[in-house]
Amino acid sequence: MDMKVQKAKLGLKERYRLMTRDLGWTPSYQPPEALFPYAGYEGIVIHDWEKWEDPFRLTMDAYWKYQAEKDRKFYAIIDAQAQNNGHLNITDARYLSALKIFLQAISPGEYAAHKGFARVGREFPGVGTQVACQMQAIDELRHAQTQIHALSNYNRYYNGFHAFIQQRDRIWYNSVPRSFFDDAMSGGPFEFIIAIGFSFEYVLTNLLFVPFMSGAAYNGDMATVTFGFSAQSDEARHMTLGLECIKFVLEQDPRNVPIVQRWLDKWFWRGLRLLSLVGTMMDYMLPKRVMSWAEAWDIYGEDNGGALFRDLARYGIRPPAGWADAGKARDHISHQFMLALYQWSFGTAFHGWIPSDDDMDWLSAKYPDTFDRYYRPRWMHFRKLAEAGTPFRNVGLAKLCQTCQFPCVFTEADDPTLLCHRELEREGHRYHFCSDHCQTIFEHEPEKYVQAWLPMNQLFQGTSGGGGIENWMKWVNLVDGQDNGDFEGSQDQRNFAAWKGQSTTNAR
Amino acid sequence: MAINARKPYPSQPVDGIERYHGNQLVYLSWDRHLIFAAPFITCVLPGLRFGEFVDTVLAPLIAADPDAAVIDWTKAQWLKANQPFAPDFARSLADNGIGHKDQLRLQTPWLNTVCGGAAG
Repeated sequence: MDMKVQKAKLGLKERYRLMTRDLGWTPSYQPPEALFPYAGYEGIVIHDWEKWEDPFRLTMDAYWKYQAEKDRKFYAIIDAQAQNNGHLNITDARYLSALKIFLQAISPGEYAAHKGFARVGREFPGVGTQVACQMQAIDELRHAQTQIHALSNYNRYYNGFHAFIQQRDRIWYNSVPRSFFDDAMSGGPFEFIIAIGFSFEYVLTNLLFVPFMSGAAYNGDMATVTFGFSAQSDEARHMTLGLECIKFVLEQDPRNVPIVQRWLDKWFWRGLRLLSLVGTMMDYMLPKRVMSWAEAWDIYGEDNGGALFRDLARYGIRPPAGWADAGKARDHISHQFMLALYQWSFGTAFHGWIPSDDDMDWLSAKYPDTFDRYYRPRWMHFRKLAEAGTPFRNVGLAKLCQTCQFPCVFTEADDPTLLCHRELEREGHRYHFCSDHCQTIFEHEPEKYVQAWLPMNQLFQGTSGGGGIENWMKWVNLVDGQDNGDFEGSQDQRNFAAWKGQSTTNAR
Repeated sequence: MAINARKPYPSQPVDGIERYHGNQLVYLSWDRHLIFAAPFITCVLPGLRFGEFVDTVLAPLIAADPDAAVIDWTKAQWLKANQPFAPDFARSLADNGIGHKDQLRLQTPWLNTVCGGAAG
């Protein structure tokens, strides 16, 4: 009997074709516009979705296999860390503030990115793009989960980790990352993927993940290092997807160039604002520091970003409008932000502190042009007040930027001694901004940003717990005297010292 | 510019004065006194006299700066919406034209103990 011999295995190329491109079809009951109603309204013109190149050629079956393997490794290490009191291996309990900010601000962002990619995977017509977005959606969900699991072990011992879900929506500083992702998710599919896939994942993510994961390694935090490693290969894929996406859109039609340029201007600036929290963490919150924010900006911002935008110049793309101002702010933002967090620490679910003499000397060395001139005097004044038993607490609440929702702590690009004041009037209402770039973002889509739910303003409206600081603290799940305030004298500081002592001496 | 949307996009500001129970928001800064990290947001009655506003709202907010105790209010300079402004201390905020979400900036160029050096 003659039987056709089946090939034992599909070739890589064939498997990719069958498992991605072949999953698509041409609709016959409905016009394409009815199936993909969001694909056209942003003004992006795509002539041929088949031109989309998937740089990884990853198919869903292979994807599941890789991810399952990574998860097995990850959870083995997390278990070991928990069983061996790994939380006592960190350099100092001050380090926990960085983790608390990460869990409250960044992990919910991973979840938001998951929702966003799941949505755009449905909204894009091209099947290659759909599959790539679907994988990234699952990645982002996995990142949120692994981060929460990794940090849950710290929650068993330390304050400030317990209510990150509620605090993501309610506590004032988390409206910065929340509004960032809400803004992206309420854009169309192309804006979302340029915002998150390109501007954040490609241009800025190294500024977040490299210093953060190296910081974890330097400070003995095995849990964070482990989720970092587990996410790293995904991040490489995300960056490539972001770059592929922008090149694909730019190559499809010259009319796309100005639209993409405006999104780059907007999302570079929004991303940079978000990452000033990371700068603060690198310069102030790591007991053992890796590099300064200024050094990280030089490598991952200036050098890498500069090369990227030189590469994109052939499409008619220029560096984002805020690029030069970002460079000018390099030597200032981490100091301005830590000074702010210290004076408002009664309202944060992590601790602030005054840097030690050693810390300040490190900062002078890293910021020779700015630290001693502008920032050391303020810290010394705060220290004098603390030593006199009257530590400085800023009893006022802060004006927030209508666009990025940061407190307006930022100074004029060319004058670090003067806060930047920008405002405009629209339809009888007045709006305030932290910078020219945030004002420009507002001016392009005022209908969107007039709705911004600014936490400080809401507090005065009486909507956040019913009015008053005590009600507000209950409403944001902030335990006064435990989660907030100065690290000096905190329960975290005392407990870490006591438990560490028990593990290395005969103290009981 | 207007927002790009598939359907009409009606949107309402969520910060109108009607939501503040008879009060209004006033933003306050003291230029170049950067121990205060950001401008303050305050919530006050529009009928409050400006002098009272300075004594009961502004003064406690800035008391932690050693310069606060020696401000000569007769010489202090002010900006409103980033333009020079001459408030009448005896009249109310409303009579001074200080409306909801106005930004006032106090300037005392001869004083800058902590943040030093720079002229203001």
